[in-house]
Amino acid sequence: MEIRRRKNQIELSELDPFLAELLRQIPACANPEGAPRAEERIFSAPTNGSETEFCAEWKMYVEPELRRLFQTATHTVAGDLEQLNGNEKNLANRTVRIPTKHADAWLSALNQARLVIAAKNDFTETELNDHVHSPIGSRRDLSLFQVNFYGFLQEFILREMEC
Amino acid sequence: MLRRWFELRAAYVSIFLMSAKPLAAEVAVPLLIIAGPMNTAPSTIDAPTIEQETRSEEALDIPWQVVVHNDPVNLMSYVTMVFQRVFGYPRDKAERHMLEVHHKGRSILWSGMRERAELYVQQLHGYLLLATLEKIS
Repeated sequence: MEIRRRKNQIELSELDPFLAELLRQIPACANPEGAPRAEERIFSAPTNGSETEFCAEWKMYVEPELRRLFQTATHTVAGDLEQLNGNEKNLANRTVRIPTKHADAWLSALNQARLVIAAKNDFTETELNDHVHSPIGSRRDLSLFQVNFYGFLQEFILREMEC
Repeated sequence: MLRRWFELRAAYVSIFLMSAKPLAAEVAVPLLIIAGPMNTAPSTIDAPTIEQETRSEEALDIPWQVVVHNDPVNLMSYVTMVFQRVFGYPRDKAERHMLEVHHKGRSILWSGMRERAELYVQQLHGYLLLATLEKIS
């Protein structure tokens, strides 16, 4: 895979089927529904346990707003990823072009996906920081690779936004 | 959030009236005039009343802080960017706070009025950071 900035776009090219599939999974992975630990992380408490009335109001008024915000980002990303749709045989070496105006949506969706995957798998800090030893031999290994791959994309987008 | 704001105003009014009780008992003047500076001329109450009220609310609201907690998943560069965006901090200050979160587990990003602190926490949650609102002990 190659990643570079081209005018007002970030281009991910020479995508092999495996990485293309990981990209396609971003919107689904970002959804915390059905995983209480992931829900808890994405919609974390605004206080450290005190202020129960405030927390109840937060759940009622702020959480739906946040949910909408996160969904808007994942919908934008899902729209960009439609470039990968089509005949599976042609999936190899496909290219995805991300308009730079969608960069914030990608940062958010990638972050949501990383947090949800990490919460679902209960990854430790040591595991998350182990970028060298990541052989993919199990579903858990694959999830860790996914978190790192999405983190790499985030880093690149962040760097490009600073330029 | 809106409801909380009104409650805060209600608390302010009662505290103010308690402190100004002798005056309030003697002079039956509207609340807005009491809240203004020591000027009872009805034609000049509007502008100074608002200013006084804001200052008082601010004084009552001072002991709140926005705390960001460590999270092994969020990237350091991402957290730095969020601090720059939300608080308008220069890069070096944002990085200092990010490193404090990373090494000490938490960092106080801002302190001041409760209402504004709530807004900051909401924004930080929008960026998926672990942020809480805490009263300064």
